[in-house]
Amino acid sequence: MYSRAYKTIVSVPPLFWVGLFLLLPYALMFAHSFWLVRDGMLVHEWNWQNYVKLAQSPLYLDVLFRTARIAASVMVLSVFLGYPLAYYMSFHAGIRKELLYQLVIVPLWVSYLVRGYAWKTILGSEGVLNGFLQYLHITKEPVSYFLYSPFSVILMLTHIYTPFVFLPLYASLEHIPRNLIEASHDLGAGPRTTFLRVILPLSLPGLLAGATFAFVLTLGDFLGPLLVGGPSSVMIANIVQNLFGTAYDWPLGAAISVCILALTISLLFLTERLEKRWSFR
Amino acid sequence: MLLEVRQVAKRFGARDVLKSISLEIASGEFLTLLGESGSGKTTLLRLIAGFESPTSGEIWMNGARLDTLPPYKRHVNTVFQHYALFPHLTVQDNVAYGLRVTGVPAMEIPARAEAALRMVKMREYAEARPARLSGGQQQRVALARALVNRPQLLLLDEPLSALDANLRKEMQGELKALQRELGITFLFVTHDQEEAMALSDRIALLRDGELEQVASPREIYARPATRYAAQFVGQTNLLEAEVREGIASCGSLNWPTTMQPGPAVFSLRPEAIRLGSQAGPTPYAVRFRARIHQQVFAGSTENLEVDCAGQVLRVRIPARGTLSGEQEFFFEPADAILVRR
Repeated sequence: MYSRAYKTIVSVPPLFWVGLFLLLPYALMFAHSFWLVRDGMLVHEWNWQNYVKLAQSPLYLDVLFRTARIAASVMVLSVFLGYPLAYYMSFHAGIRKELLYQLVIVPLWVSYLVRGYAWKTILGSEGVLNGFLQYLHITKEPVSYFLYSPFSVILMLTHIYTPFVFLPLYASLEHIPRNLIEASHDLGAGPRTTFLRVILPLSLPGLLAGATFAFVLTLGDFLGPLLVGGPSSVMIANIVQNLFGTAYDWPLGAAISVCILALTISLLFLTERLEKRWSFR
Repeated sequence: MLLEVRQVAKRFGARDVLKSISLEIASGEFLTLLGESGSGKTTLLRLIAGFESPTSGEIWMNGARLDTLPPYKRHVNTVFQHYALFPHLTVQDNVAYGLRVTGVPAMEIPARAEAALRMVKMREYAEARPARLSGGQQQRVALARALVNRPQLLLLDEPLSALDANLRKEMQGELKALQRELGITFLFVTHDQEEAMALSDRIALLRDGELEQVASPREIYARPATRYAAQFVGQTNLLEAEVREGIASCGSLNWPTTMQPGPAVFSLRPEAIRLGSQAGPTPYAVRFRARIHQQVFAGSTENLEVDCAGQVLRVRIPARGTLSGEQEFFFEPADAILVRR
């Protein structure tokens, strides 16, 4: 057993760290959301004004809904890309498993910005994709919709977040005992039935974790829209960034942040409950 | 014949796990594949279940080719070594799984699943999840899950190996009773020769991917075909003898035999050697004197190790107090069984 003093000594630094760099900023943000800006000055006057403005202004709600829509699209697309990949790698890749795994991981080491600019190069009106389409005479003019649109934002974020969906999914598929699949075949279930009745239910915790990653990370993303998005794909984090920057309305930005934080935390809470219910070990 | 295994071989990489196995299983039979780990017994089972396909040879069931079918199209069910119950389903749903996926009418399913659970005395656990059950209970559920489909052939892959000794004995009895009652053919895999002897109608003894002997437990015990069979099933004394003019000699022991001249190995079970004072020697009995080396009391019997002019023999006699010094023993020449190498 460790002594009381030892326990105190080892727990103080992490508590201090979390307190200083996590709890304190959150508390400050929370406080700011109840203050206001008057004549370009921050006034420490407690009020609900920011939240009222948020609830009444269609602009912020629209952006919030759009953000949720984009996050949901990214989530669904990454799941549809990540699941087959994880399934193939876990069950059919054989000796190529290691190599494929590296191929999924390595892009994560490349800077977010570089990947963003890569998409710009691909999607732009002078870009690779448009050049190719015109070369094949499929299009006559460059397709402007490829870049600076919700499409490009969703495409880029899907590309970036698919590995985040893949990793927990792959881990949960790898954890399914192979004799369960044999047992299912043995009892007369073909590959399709086995997938639906055994593999899919047992991979739900991983699927849920991955989908949550994709959704929550997209929800807070501001670089994607900044790099490849246009006016029609402004997301809530861009608004927050703007409010804390040029617009200089920290209280309103803080209020939006509090809302997103509450949303995220309740999502995480919900998915954790579900994950617990769906894991049977 | 229910099942015919015809010259089946299986190779994994450079390793020949099974080398041309031929085996027939009759309907209603309890056949045990007995062998050490690595003998290929589980591989043979997996070939019949369809989880592996043979490198060469064929498997037929009821006159139809079996080895070309995927496992889900075979009327064969398996009880897995570690049960392989679906952790996300209740006991009831585990048992009903095979019925649901093969399109048994939904109305029939609950009654059949319940009957199967009653058969293995697990009805009161129908709503539990497998993780909450003990090993023995999981074993019963796995059995019910396989039997509910009324397979013609049930494959059991060391189903009792994970249970403790007492429970194993109990389950052996239940398995045997169940098999008799249902009349389903059982193909049972084990490395435990006692278990094989207790349960089987016939034992197929495997060694390094080859069949050593296929016979009833009594036959294998009484007339082991090979040296390995004699040693693996029960205990024995292997006598390396030289046969000359109808007499086999091994050390100071000589006994008449009808075998051809030359070197030969005989198996002599410990209980075939009796103490001189015991009743029943025929005029042909081989008598010899041996020094008591070691005596282990085993309740109704005494297990002796005796030294007969440098040759150590195992002897099992009815319990009769402590022996010492040199004693007279005898055995009947007919009990010395010639075995192949």
